[in-house]
Amino acid sequence: MSLLEIKDFAVHYGGVKAVKNVNLHVDSGELVCLIGANGAGKTTTLKAICGLVPAAQGTVMFDGAPIAGMATHDIARRGLALVPEGRGIFSRMTVLENLEMGAYARTDRPGIQADLSKVLELFPRLAERRLQKAGTLSGGEQQMLAMGRALMSRPKLLLLDEPSMGLAPILVEKIFETIRNVAAEGVVVLLIEQNAKRALEISQRGYVMESGSITLAGPSSDLLNDPMVRKSYLGA
Amino acid sequence: MDIFLQQVINGLVLGSVYALVALGYTMVYGILELINFAHGEITMVGAMVSLAVVSALAGSGVDMPGVMIVLTGVLTAIPVCMGLGYSIERVAYRPLRHAPRLAPLITAIGISIVLQNAAMLIWGRQYIPFPPVLQITRYDIGGATITNLQIAIIVLSACAMIGLVFLVNKTRLGRAMRATAQSPQVAGLMGVNINSIISATFVIGSGLAAIAGVMVSAYYGLAHYYMGFMLGLKAFSAAVLGGIGNLTGAMLGGLLLGVIESLGAGYIGDLTGGFLGSHYQDVFAFFVLILVLVFRPSGLLGERVVDRA
Repeated sequence: MSLLEIKDFAVHYGGVKAVKNVNLHVDSGELVCLIGANGAGKTTTLKAICGLVPAAQGTVMFDGAPIAGMATHDIARRGLALVPEGRGIFSRMTVLENLEMGAYARTDRPGIQADLSKVLELFPRLAERRLQKAGTLSGGEQQMLAMGRALMSRPKLLLLDEPSMGLAPILVEKIFETIRNVAAEGVVVLLIEQNAKRALEISQRGYVMESGSITLAGPSSDLLNDPMVRKSYLGA
Repeated sequence: MDIFLQQVINGLVLGSVYALVALGYTMVYGILELINFAHGEITMVGAMVSLAVVSALAGSGVDMPGVMIVLTGVLTAIPVCMGLGYSIERVAYRPLRHAPRLAPLITAIGISIVLQNAAMLIWGRQYIPFPPVLQITRYDIGGATITNLQIAIIVLSACAMIGLVFLVNKTRLGRAMRATAQSPQVAGLMGVNINSIISATFVIGSGLAAIAGVMVSAYYGLAHYYMGFMLGLKAFSAAVLGGIGNLTGAMLGGLLLGVIESLGAGYIGDLTGGFLGSHYQDVFAFFVLILVLVFRPSGLLGERVVDRA
């Protein structure tokens, strides 16, 4: 059974059908990417999964339960974490407080402490700056904070929305490396990226989204060699 | 010199009350960007309820010390106001959460009128005296007098404010409140139930308003169904003066406004050669507010107005 399974999914913004007929699944142990041009509907899809925008139609099964129509905080408490586009860190709170917010729904203090040490080990920059206001961090550090905060909830599924957006090339590499490490530790990841090449390189399967619909799906290695994908997204 | 010290003491007492009420305005604004105009009326309800309890107890001839009678009044007013604040948010503001910003604002003014009129129907339109159950003792410090009631008001407000600062900065609820104020959507993604946090904000603010209401009616020795209007306006000014949305700002703004108003009232007669009297004290408070807004529109401790991720 899939960890996340979306069927016949549609989202409307006003009268516009932003997302339609989307079928998508993510299985345990997978790192899956969803690629597509700006405005294709990727972010809208993620937001609708998390209940931030209402779905117009379709079902979303997460960990064996239907979550469409549930409140965002209830979905989050079921183990689904989203790192939103633009990172969404709490800029007036310290790095440490941001990380503690990630574990807000948890009550297992020893587990939280252990995960905090793990996250600070994963991102040493955050450990150095733990008492600074998060708003003073650089873009790359903020992205790490947003990911670390999501990991603090010990999610079953991590949704990443454009984690490399607006970062210097060297930081982009660092972020992708981190995503691969996180996935290797057993966290299931659904990654949205405009950087299609890197996203396909680190993932096992991929979906291509165009004008609100999935137009292509398959193993990432196949997509990397697909003529259409190469022409449209890889610049080759 | 002695009048200066005396007016500073009076101002600090008044300012403590303003600060408590201002905190309610600023907390709600910080989370909802809503100016809860009904907040002043919650203070009035706090005063009325406690006064009713105190009058009943004093009239019944029970053998209780005055302090205990007033304390019973406070402890009744707090849950009543908390329930009122909770209900107002639940019934009047929550359905308008996604409406244009003007709609909840007008609703807030409407609620405040409803509460004023309800209070008028229940308690009448006359000034209600606060029963003299408290033994007032005067102490002399440097030529000025301070009463035990004034000391109690300052100390109790300080305790309430310290408690609030601790709650907001050091507890899980406080962290969730700050997170919700910065970004409700992201707070939701962390598993925070935004609606509970908003309710908690109204409940806490209303509890502080109840305390302030009791203090002000005990201090002036009376209560009136319309008392919440001017008190609310002053406290709102204090919140804006300090920088709305900022807790420290509300406390600082409240104390400053109280002291400025008090000094203004004390000196305005001398300054104008007796042409204007101390009943012009409100002019001082609002004049200072206008000055601050002209030169520092975000208030003394205010941050940028737009600070949303």
